[in-house]
Amino acid sequence: MTKKVLIVLQHRDGRLHRMSREAVAAGQKLAAAVGGTASAVLLGAGVGAIAEQAAGYDLEAVRVADDPRLADYTPGGYVGALAPALKSEKPDFVVFPHTYQSVDYTARLAHEVDAALVPEVTGFAVEDGVLVWTRPILGGKLSSRVRVRGEGTVFVSVQSGAFPADGAAAGSAPIETLAEAAPAPDREILGVEKAGAEGVDLTKASIVVGVGRGIGGPEKLGPIQDLAKKLGAEIGASRPVIDNDWLPRDRQIGSSGQTVAPKLYLALGISGAIQHLVGMKGSGCVVAINKDPSAPIFSIARYGIVGDLHEIVPALTKALEEAGS
Amino acid sequence: MRIAVCIKQVPDTEARLRLAADGRWIDEDDVAFVINESDAYALEEGLRLAEKTGGEVVVVSLGPARVQEALRKALALGAARAVHLADDAYQGGDAAATARALAAALAREQVDLVLTGSQSDDAGFGATGSLIAGQLGWPHAWLVMGVELDDGGKSARVTREMESGLNEIVRLALPAVIQVQAGINHPRYASLKGIMQAKRKPIATPAPDELGLAAGAIGAAGARLEVLSVAFPEAGAGAEIIAGDPATAARTLVEKLQKEARVL
Repeated sequence: MTKKVLIVLQHRDGRLHRMSREAVAAGQKLAAAVGGTASAVLLGAGVGAIAEQAAGYDLEAVRVADDPRLADYTPGGYVGALAPALKSEKPDFVVFPHTYQSVDYTARLAHEVDAALVPEVTGFAVEDGVLVWTRPILGGKLSSRVRVRGEGTVFVSVQSGAFPADGAAAGSAPIETLAEAAPAPDREILGVEKAGAEGVDLTKASIVVGVGRGIGGPEKLGPIQDLAKKLGAEIGASRPVIDNDWLPRDRQIGSSGQTVAPKLYLALGISGAIQHLVGMKGSGCVVAINKDPSAPIFSIARYGIVGDLHEIVPALTKALEEAGS
Repeated sequence: MRIAVCIKQVPDTEARLRLAADGRWIDEDDVAFVINESDAYALEEGLRLAEKTGGEVVVVSLGPARVQEALRKALALGAARAVHLADDAYQGGDAAATARALAAALAREQVDLVLTGSQSDDAGFGATGSLIAGQLGWPHAWLVMGVELDDGGKSARVTREMESGLNEIVRLALPAVIQVQAGINHPRYASLKGIMQAKRKPIATPAPDELGLAAGAIGAAGARLEVLSVAFPEAGAGAEIIAGDPATAARTLVEKLQKEARVL
């Protein structure tokens, strides 16, 4: 029997979210692997132009719930819009981009339609007829292979960068209406505000020194600041450093902070959780210095030094002075 | 206001990890276990809200015997009592099976608010809190960076993180489940007095049948997800590791950045 894959698209500022295109790539690949077809679903108010954009992919259909109750995202709105169709059609797989928005409601929706949920998938393979999903655990230090037991719909959310958007096949899909959508917003939206104080714009720096929890404490920042000054670099930080008040929030890099892509990124004591990597993996050259050789940061770095950063950082400043750099 | 805080005990994120013999999880010997980071922030938020409203916090956790230590710590920080789902039947579940058990325990507590962390630092599903909300039929919010009570505790103004450096402020009707993001507050330290008092605070350990839970709905038996194996990232896929003492490694790195990568 033909398997059905449904891809839930997210959008922002009147366009498909970058990670929606990655979800399309993942959903198409999944449909091909299991012998099925992929359709997409789009929720919102006044989203005709976004639906046209989605229709440019190779999909069975783009199904749209265009409803004023979906103008703002709420879990109740999204669950109410999607659950009836999922209950009546029982797709084999529903693919979501792994975003802050989707994590907020996918578990709730899975509960509502009794689906299994595999969040933050980085890959999959059919092994002896069993679909096996790969996902990171322990902050990306390890990856795990998981399977879903029993029958029923399986939800997966795909991690940023795991299924590149340029892998999404173009085509021409018909635009249809999502049946039975019954959005029931369960939050009143009171407003939106900037998360951090206005301050440092790290995106303009050509060299960024990123510090993580591994630096040990704010009293250890002195030699790191010397190195940054020598390099003409801005200092950024991973989330735990900010949460502990070692540096102000306007220096946070990652999914809830700034996204930087300098020509050189020097990661000091940063283990490399995905929440940080999404904010800096576009950097030209990544150098990682960490005492843990299995830290995931090394997997995206070009150069690495395994050791005590408090010894290496002053040595690096000295080496730069000697090299006249 | 009666507040429940769900916490999980997880391996210390700074721990050096080895794989278990069966390759399906880490070897837990010699690993320090701590309260999951965002759960520690949720606990602090719960304690503050309880202090503000003259209420109390009950702390709830599912896990093996070692979890007692985490619960004692929460009691030392100011929680009034604890519920520990310690029975073997609860263990080994996925997020859905765990949420089913926690929701059943919470349903007995007659609480106005459930707080928990946004995500565990081990399995990292980010789902347990919203699954609990689904079980209880309450609204929820994930990645919360601020909670203010309104209408005499009938609703909450909740600040939740969005992407691209924005926060959204929403109103939730209570009771609700609020999934707290790390960094919302500054967790307190336990006082000596708190630690002494914690020794006498009660930890309930209800069995599944006391909570009306069928054995097949919880723990490993109730899980639909099965972990087949865990592994370290592929070796060799990553960085060129520069060897040598600090001075040598530093000189080599500078040379490579200048001549090979040409970024200096």
